[in-house]
Amino acid sequence: MAPQTMFEKIWDSHVVREEPGKPSLLYVDLHLVHEVTSPQAFDGLRLNSRRVRRLDRTVAVADHNVPTNNRDKPLEDEVSKAQLEAMQRNADEFGLEYFDMFSEKQGIVHVIGPEQGRTQPGMIIVCGDSHTATHGAVGAMAFGIGTSEVEHVLATQCIWQAKPKTMEVRVEGSLANGVTPKDVILAVIGKIGTSGGIGHAIEYTGSVFRSMSMEGRMTVCNMSIEAGARTGMVAPDETTFAYLKGREHAPQGAEWDAAVERWAALRTDPGAQFDALVELDGSEAAPQVTWGTNPAQTLPVDGRVPMADSFDSSQEQAAVEKALAYMGLSGGERIQDIAVDTVFIGSCTNSRIEDLRAAAAIASGKKKADSVRALVVPGSWAVKRQAEEEGLDRVFSEAGFEWRDAGCSMCLAMNPDRLSPGERSASTSNRNFEGRQGPGGRTHLVSPPMAAAAAIAGRFVDVREWN
Amino acid sequence: MEPFTKHAGKVVPYDMPNVDTDQIIPARFLKKIDRVGFGELLFYELRYEEDGSPKPGFTLNDPRYAGGSVLVSGPQFGIGSSREHAPWAIQQYGFRAVIAPSFGDIFRSNCYQNGLLPIVLSPAEVDSIIARAQEIDGYEVTVDLEAQEVRDAHGFSASFEIDPFRKENLVQGLDDIGLTLRREEDIASFERARG
Repeated sequence: MAPQTMFEKIWDSHVVREEPGKPSLLYVDLHLVHEVTSPQAFDGLRLNSRRVRRLDRTVAVADHNVPTNNRDKPLEDEVSKAQLEAMQRNADEFGLEYFDMFSEKQGIVHVIGPEQGRTQPGMIIVCGDSHTATHGAVGAMAFGIGTSEVEHVLATQCIWQAKPKTMEVRVEGSLANGVTPKDVILAVIGKIGTSGGIGHAIEYTGSVFRSMSMEGRMTVCNMSIEAGARTGMVAPDETTFAYLKGREHAPQGAEWDAAVERWAALRTDPGAQFDALVELDGSEAAPQVTWGTNPAQTLPVDGRVPMADSFDSSQEQAAVEKALAYMGLSGGERIQDIAVDTVFIGSCTNSRIEDLRAAAAIASGKKKADSVRALVVPGSWAVKRQAEEEGLDRVFSEAGFEWRDAGCSMCLAMNPDRLSPGERSASTSNRNFEGRQGPGGRTHLVSPPMAAAAAIAGRFVDVREWN
Repeated sequence: MEPFTKHAGKVVPYDMPNVDTDQIIPARFLKKIDRVGFGELLFYELRYEEDGSPKPGFTLNDPRYAGGSVLVSGPQFGIGSSREHAPWAIQQYGFRAVIAPSFGDIFRSNCYQNGLLPIVLSPAEVDSIIARAQEIDGYEVTVDLEAQEVRDAHGFSASFEIDPFRKENLVQGLDDIGLTLRREEDIASFERARG
């Protein structure tokens, strides 16, 4: 057989039906559901007297709307409350396994999937959320879907997909001290743009990803969509197996050994061809800070914000002018002269234990700047418990950072955590779109250590020079 | 789903690249649990002042483009979140088609699920439609899905590609789920084979 990429192997093993020139009907191994993109899907099922086909392959969690403090008090936001109640009602009526905000297994959907060992190599995983590619870190094909497709998967356990092209993103070398997976993926997006990956499935290869932890690989795969790709993946290896072994839903005993053998065979065969190749030198990568209103508008921390007239086309110039005006920048400023008001450490991109350790290492023994509000929102209760066992909560509290409960929080400001108009954040989340963290809020995307350092200095600083 | 065969309507130009789904509909409006009422929330921050009055200068508030039903915009339209509320908002405002040089993948498939037609034309063709919409009062185009063509009464025409499966479903207004459930035997045998 011709050599195949990992993506092709996963695709081929999930085809329920295919006909030339048409999308394929693919089988879904794991469907993750949350409260925001599912209520209309359950309504559709009800309307047509349909049931959930595979309850054993479906799990739901409350994450987008949940407050990150005072959970024992009634929700202030009536509309959020109604949405969370609808999720509970739908879970009860259709029989779904569901983690509400009081469950010790609750957390951001893309944090709890891998953490509970549900996310496994070779799977097709979908969720009504564009950051589903996160699960690709274990060597799965995971992608975001809309609400109509959520309804479709609930009813049929399948999804129609046109086969995307493949793209290899290869980063060789080794990362300098202070340079994190977040900086690597921002640099990739900066290079290929928000549309570079449209219509493609990405596989991340090269020594930088090979030597990355699972948490780091999740950060990278998470942001595939910001480069336009619905899915991104890393081949499973010893790091993957060590991460999964013993987790609640991972195979046990003899089944484990058989699974590892199967998973190891998923790797892209030598000589397999990708449709596109993007290469980056990891040794050259620097800590990144976004300056504009999409994640491709990123710069090394030692850079200067660009001027609109440095771009070629009039359309680009107009777009950059609009972004600068929104961000309250004039162009030409040094990144390190930009002061921040709020620091947010959290989100499905950067809220895992390793992210919190990296931020705590910077904050340890220091105090945040008086002018800064700093929030640390662990990705799940499990992450929170582990961080507390390691004493990270005390490090943050002593530095003046608020230590919160698990949820999506200020990444998209559906709960009470949000920016005020004109407020500027250093955020470890994934999108700096206009209004993303609250109407008029100004977001700069950074890594967890860069965010922690910005909280202490009150402005962006180069963590490579931190002491 | 309402079938889509051919539609003639006024063009609303929005000449911006990277119109992400957070701009199309901000996350705080995603808390509703039904499918209606999103049209007035479309492009909320761009469209309304803080007091809720229309922002002058934004294309949806321009009287020339009132009642438009074909939205034309820059590359990477609909990037970002998977929220289907974005196509719902566009459709409920009154749009039947969106024309751009490229689309976010998830947004594009969400459009098909709702009978909203996303059309990819070349940057030059898109620029040409935008320029005509700005110059010609009440400028209209006809979107002909069966012929896979966009044309106007002033000599412009451009053809577009569409997946034949998507086209068939749009033309017939077919429900994907009903279609898939006809494949029940295939799904059941796949499940049996995997154990």
